[in-house]
Amino acid sequence: MKIILILIPLLPFLGFLILGLGFSSIPRKATSYIGAGTILISFILSLFIFLNFHNSAISPPHYLATSLPQYFATSPPHYLFSWISIGQLQIPFSFLIDPLSLLMMLMVTGVSFIIHVYSIGYMKDDPGYNRFFSYMNLFVFFMLLLVMGANYPIMFIGWEGVGLCSYLLIGFWFKNHDYNNAAKKAFIMNRIGDLGFLLGMFLIFTTFNSLDFREIFARAKLMEPGNPILITITLLLFMGAVGKSAQIPLYTWLPDAMAGPTPVSALIHAATMVTAGVYMIARSNILYVLSPLTMEIMGVTALATALFAASIAVLQNDIKKILAYSTISQLGYMFLGLSAGAFTGAMFHLTTHAFFKALLFLAAGSVIHALGGAQDIRKMGGLRSRLPKTYWTFLIATIAIAGIPPLSGFFSKDEILLHLFEHNVTWWILAFAGSALTAFYMFRLLYLTFFRNFRGSDQQKHHLHESPAVMTIPLIILAVLAALGGLLNIPAVFGGGSWLTGFLAPVFADAVALSVPPATVSHATEWLLMATTLTGCLVMVFWAWRRYVKQAKGLLPDDAKRSLVVQLVSKKYYIDELYDFLFVKPALWLSRFLHQVVELRFIDRIVNGVGQVVVWTGNTVRYVQTGNVGFYMFIMILGIILILFFNILI
Amino acid sequence: MFSPYIFHFLSIMALFSAVMVLASKKPIHSVLFLTMTFFAIAGHYVLLNAQFLAVVHVIVYAGAIMVLFLFTVMLLNLNKDERSPKPIWVKIMALIAGGMLMLTLIGVFRGYDIRLAQDPMTAQIGLVKNLGKILYHDYLLPFEMSSVLFLTAMVGAVLLGKKEQI
Amino acid sequence: MTNLTTIPIHYYLIFCSVLFSIGVFGVLIKRNVLVILMSIELMINSINLLLAAFSTYTNDPAGQIFVFFIMVVAAAEVAIGLAIVVLIYRTTHSIDINILNKLKW
Repeated sequence: MKIILILIPLLPFLGFLILGLGFSSIPRKATSYIGAGTILISFILSLFIFLNFHNSAISPPHYLATSLPQYFATSPPHYLFSWISIGQLQIPFSFLIDPLSLLMMLMVTGVSFIIHVYSIGYMKDDPGYNRFFSYMNLFVFFMLLLVMGANYPIMFIGWEGVGLCSYLLIGFWFKNHDYNNAAKKAFIMNRIGDLGFLLGMFLIFTTFNSLDFREIFARAKLMEPGNPILITITLLLFMGAVGKSAQIPLYTWLPDAMAGPTPVSALIHAATMVTAGVYMIARSNILYVLSPLTMEIMGVTALATALFAASIAVLQNDIKKILAYSTISQLGYMFLGLSAGAFTGAMFHLTTHAFFKALLFLAAGSVIHALGGAQDIRKMGGLRSRLPKTYWTFLIATIAIAGIPPLSGFFSKDEILLHLFEHNVTWWILAFAGSALTAFYMFRLLYLTFFRNFRGSDQQKHHLHESPAVMTIPLIILAVLAALGGLLNIPAVFGGGSWLTGFLAPVFADAVALSVPPATVSHATEWLLMATTLTGCLVMVFWAWRRYVKQAKGLLPDDAKRSLVVQLVSKKYYIDELYDFLFVKPALWLSRFLHQVVELRFIDRIVNGVGQVVVWTGNTVRYVQTGNVGFYMFIMILGIILILFFNILI
Repeated sequence: MFSPYIFHFLSIMALFSAVMVLASKKPIHSVLFLTMTFFAIAGHYVLLNAQFLAVVHVIVYAGAIMVLFLFTVMLLNLNKDERSPKPIWVKIMALIAGGMLMLTLIGVFRGYDIRLAQDPMTAQIGLVKNLGKILYHDYLLPFEMSSVLFLTAMVGAVLLGKKEQI
Repeated sequence: MTNLTTIPIHYYLIFCSVLFSIGVFGVLIKRNVLVILMSIELMINSINLLLAAFSTYTNDPAGQIFVFFIMVVAAAEVAIGLAIVVLIYRTTHSIDINILNKLKW
């Protein structure tokens, strides 16, 4: 059991070492097998552990007298070795296997494997083929560490590691200066968040004298709700999540991160890494339940992010940028769910989102591939007949994300919205508006890309082709998952068993017990809510169809004259410019000031002055060297006398 | 019984000849007075029951080193007066410095006392047999290294003494 | 048999200090390189004697071994020193220490 646990993250790491050290000397075919194969084995092993775990959960060993939630809560972490041991600070390298980490492990390895297979086709002609796969494997390794770690430091290793891989992969085509800048931007913005995570970790250690999840939560459970220390800790951790999961105000790196290859966008910037923040907060659920203030702040931030990003997505024209803003918006929904106490709902949405957003990105990659690298949806259109498989999978994903039943997105989003309604009706209305917006911009994307006539160049039209099977089969698998992912957690109102809720219950048991039980709504209200959301979505779908298919709007060039509001939105609210003005410019100015004034005028002068003093002293004192041996002898004897004299005195 | 007298006699002899080393005008006289000092010190060694050292001292100093000095003085024909002695104030300064050093040293050593572990005469550590054993057991490596030092010194001296330009 | 015990260690200390100071004085006042070398020998001898005295008084043979090694070094030093004196005399036709003041600044 333990050896399997070690192997799960170790195999991708081995793959990374082999591919990374072998670099270009390994043939491409072998690279593909090593890169995807190691992930596949990891996935199978995770599945094995999952089944093992699931069976023991259904029929626990007879010697277990305690109830199942307690069993999960008390089963010890899998200790591997002592990592840091300084005085009171004992940090073992251990893995925590519980329903939450199992869900993430399955999701990470599964989606990664599909995307790896897809990459074999997508990256076929790239000169950095081996490099790409080695980075991807390294990423999976770190992501697995992040979700499997039994304490915050191990999670932090993974947290930083995925950030590193994200940097490497965004700047994968490092010959392009803009791409490098995008990579740096992502890295630096993540650093701001990571600072919060680190500080939170320090505060946790000083408060609880431990960094192990189990011990912290056991002690935190006994604390008063609204304890200022807990609020500070949770706010700091949330800051880390904001950076990693691209929420306001640290979201601007994610759209720029689309500079990386499309499989990277699918894996790192849609399915796995950016959801790490959600995972981290779900993991620390008890701390958050006890800090209502943080939950409020988180809710407001998430709601603002969800709406803000959705509104930007409406007027973007780059296929990947739209998906990026969509990701930000969906992450906002996950945080919204967390803030409403719907931890299961957030994790559920995280899972389904991983399926359909990965699918969207991969399908977009297929489109880009067919068009030879073009990403502007105004230059697309009419691809429905030319790329049928891509079209159908994209359609499924779009329906799923828009929240139309019976596809997965409907169930997960509905669960979050339901909790929101129980929590705060105003928020629900705003979230509903965001959900309608999502439907609108996703269908806009779909219509502009696949409907009406092709608007690109003749050369592209001639070149148009469906992607090879190695790319379409992953699309189909993901489409199936995106379509059926909702089955994981069909709510009671549909007569479902809410399997995921039951599965994750042990993890969130304490949090649920501690939080104020919301006023449960009747099934009739639930039906009504669903109908409202669905109607909103369908109206939006229809409007998008009218506007972009029937009236053929939305093809204006960038510099066309538009109303003020539209201009504002299409320029992404000038947030990048604002940040540039507020932070980058002052930082540059400060650097220039420090260089030209402080460094050149003060520090340099001090350093040079020390040198000059030494030279001057040397020039003056060297005349003591008379060359007269008697004189030297005399001085030496004086020295001896002084030493002996002081010897007497002391 | 006689040892205090012998000690005083030897000490006075050594100090007198040491002063005379400096007081003599001619280097050859200095060398001869120096030899006297060495013999006095050799007597001190015998008094301390350090027989091995006494013998080695006579061989090395009164034998080798003294001959070297004499050869140098005679071969170079250096046996003449100093042409211009140092000015008087230098001598006064030197006297003060040397005197101060002496006073300080005596001041440092004043009140110094060693409790004797045993009767020195029965210790017999200075005998050849005893020292030889220690020299060839505990100090074998330094002993061998000293031979290398001698070889180096010999080569150096030959090299320096050669007529040709180095 | 108490011939040594009647001589306190102070006697040796004072005698050696005086001898050493005479050596130092010689180095300071003399201009002849040869005599300076002799003064150095005086100093070395005073140290040697003191070491031997302490060695006997504390019954520790290491002191006498050290004296032996110091003699070795002194012999080597004199050999080299006199060779240098000869060389100096050959080049400057003088052994005055004050001529040897070129090594400065």
